[in-house]
Amino acid sequence: MKELLLGNEAVARGLYEAGCRVVSSYPGTPSTEITERAAEYDAMTVEWAPNEKVAMEVAGGAAIAGARSFCGMKHVGLNVAADPLFTLSYTGVNAGLVIAVADDPGMHSSQNEQDSRHYALASKTMMLEPADSEECLQYTKRAFELSEQFDTPVIVRLTTRISHSRSLTQTGERVDNGLKPYTKDAQKYVMMPAMARPRHAFVEQRILAQTEWAETSPLNTVEYNSKKIGVITSGACYQYAKEALGDKASYLKLGCVDPLPVRLLKDFAMQFEQVYVIEELDDFIETHCAKHGIAVIGKAVFSLLGEYSQSVIAKTILGEEKEFLATDIAVPGRPPVLCTGCPHRGLFYALKKLKVFVSGDIGCYTLAALPPLSMIDTVICMGASVSALHGRNKADPANAKKSVAVIGDSTFIHSGITGLIDIAYNKSDSVVIILDNSITGMTGHQDNPTTGKTIKGEPASAVNLELLVKAVGIERVVVVDPNNLQATENAIRAELEADGPSVVISRRPCALLKYVKHSPALAVDKEKCVACKMCMRIGCPAISFKDGKSSIDPTQCVGCGVCKQLCKFGAIS
Amino acid sequence: MSVKSIMIVGVGGQGTLLASRLLGSALLSQGYDVKVSEVHGMSQRGGAVVTYVKYGENVASPVVRQGEADIILAFELLEAARWFDFLKPEGKLVVNTRQIDPMPVVSGSAVYPEGVLKTLRAAGAAITAIDALPLAEQAGSEKAVNVVLIGAMASQTDLPVEVWQAAIKATVPPKFLEMNLKAFELGFNYKQS
Repeated sequence: MKELLLGNEAVARGLYEAGCRVVSSYPGTPSTEITERAAEYDAMTVEWAPNEKVAMEVAGGAAIAGARSFCGMKHVGLNVAADPLFTLSYTGVNAGLVIAVADDPGMHSSQNEQDSRHYALASKTMMLEPADSEECLQYTKRAFELSEQFDTPVIVRLTTRISHSRSLTQTGERVDNGLKPYTKDAQKYVMMPAMARPRHAFVEQRILAQTEWAETSPLNTVEYNSKKIGVITSGACYQYAKEALGDKASYLKLGCVDPLPVRLLKDFAMQFEQVYVIEELDDFIETHCAKHGIAVIGKAVFSLLGEYSQSVIAKTILGEEKEFLATDIAVPGRPPVLCTGCPHRGLFYALKKLKVFVSGDIGCYTLAALPPLSMIDTVICMGASVSALHGRNKADPANAKKSVAVIGDSTFIHSGITGLIDIAYNKSDSVVIILDNSITGMTGHQDNPTTGKTIKGEPASAVNLELLVKAVGIERVVVVDPNNLQATENAIRAELEADGPSVVISRRPCALLKYVKHSPALAVDKEKCVACKMCMRIGCPAISFKDGKSSIDPTQCVGCGVCKQLCKFGAIS
Repeated sequence: MSVKSIMIVGVGGQGTLLASRLLGSALLSQGYDVKVSEVHGMSQRGGAVVTYVKYGENVASPVVRQGEADIILAFELLEAARWFDFLKPEGKLVVNTRQIDPMPVVSGSAVYPEGVLKTLRAAGAAITAIDALPLAEQAGSEKAVNVVLIGAMASQTDLPVEVWQAAIKATVPPKFLEMNLKAFELGFNYKQS
């Protein structure tokens, strides 16, 4: 039957139908729903791993053991998982190994706009790129076959618009061929120099065979229309080009973006007056064309930045623009905000009072960088808050007592713990605050190794953060409730003043968790309110300033009481 | 038929995703090719959210751009202004008149513009402005605001009312069905005063 599936849901369905047996991923927008949906199929073992490197190693181990296996991640997750990827390319697989990586052109929810196609080229593996949900399902299944055919991991590259668009998808039945036998083969699976050298030769031969396959693969398709304009494209850009140009152009749609064919591109390009390569982000296909002397127009007219669309292509190639109604309304931005009752709010207000440098990390709490809290100085990548603080404190020890790192529970497990070991081992006077809200929040509430539950909701062991940080050599460990502003401020001040490293665990569950019980909404006593706007400094979306007084929206307030502690006039109760 | 484009815009948490799901399901039952584009993740949290729904014989791009929307359903007034240039000059805007201050307004670094509706009307758009909250309360719950708004938008499309009712039946839990059907009806029958 045909269903309206998200691209990510279609990948999950593809895993199921392909007889995939082991799935291990770390959540990351826009890839998260692949693994969440996969977990709904009992026929597969599906897990959240502590980070993407672990996930890829789990999937790699399972594939070598003989099970079709998968791991999914966002683009920056592939940086974390790059180490196993490059060597799994050498070992190859036994049963198929498929990796999904979701790029985020336009950075809807990411810290950079990297183009993951380079990873397929650099790791000498293989990369398919679907253009809608139907292809997400079909290409996922095809990727397992190709992985086994060429003895290589195969990457399925998604982008936000493919992952998060729903389109009609034909679903089918699961075919599970069981566990393939594993045969001990040190020449193939033990990558030390003597064995890796011949495997590198194998990889180079494999790429030649894959390139030959790409010349005639049905995944690379040609549609002939106009003889004037030829378009070489893939993924979401194919859809944008089709809508913008229709039959005014002919298309070479590349379903496999690495390795790229040569003859196919040459034969296509020579037939048109103008040939455009339409690809978001880097000039990946264009560079390949240039290397082989194929004349194309690409980044000379299209941007290296952001998402494309049908209107960008229509304007660039046809010079056409749509009419629209214009107004001169100055529309203020509407950035995302910390939710009402969010436990991060109290913590960051305490940091604001302490006037410290804050080494930040990736999570909902990154939003505390925005006004009115404006309390994060740096954000680099998952885990960097901890290690970058150590570097800062080594560089500028005089200011170590005015600097902290903040990191969420899931991010700490992902890659903060290694930085903390560095702090303990190399002795910096660093204060690390773990924001333990008992969930992976920003990606939409996934369980993690600190929550005591698996992805399927089954009970699991839970990391004891206090014992963990003590075990790595941090002697000063204190737990605070961030909704108690004074106690939180006092505790952090004490740790800043103390010599040696400390960990402060700011512990309160995410206000959106179903089991969290809320208090009745608070209200402002208009008689007592002196309009000092102290309560506005915490950026609570329930508080506004109306008719010269503060006002609390009773439909939004969850009674966390943080604003009440700020009011010196007792106007909030 | 040519491809039609609908945008559902609002503030994260207002129930725009349910609206797009209902719309997608209604269109699917009519045999159209359908694409729905959502952005998940951080933008859920009080930020501006937009969903594109496109349908017709064959839909290519899942996104809607400037001057392309046949209908914009705005759950909040400022969001109607934000996406207004995405409307076709002959397109229709259905807007909830409720105002939600964005954080720059709350923190005093920006002001919520005045007379938004008047300005949009003066620009020449066909607008249905509706205060959905009292109608939702009349249906039985303030949470049914999104279904009231879907009703108001549905009256601007060429899909028959039964198709929408069937989509609601297929999407909402049985114990809330009656309330949601009532909310839909109040929106559908709403006449601009």
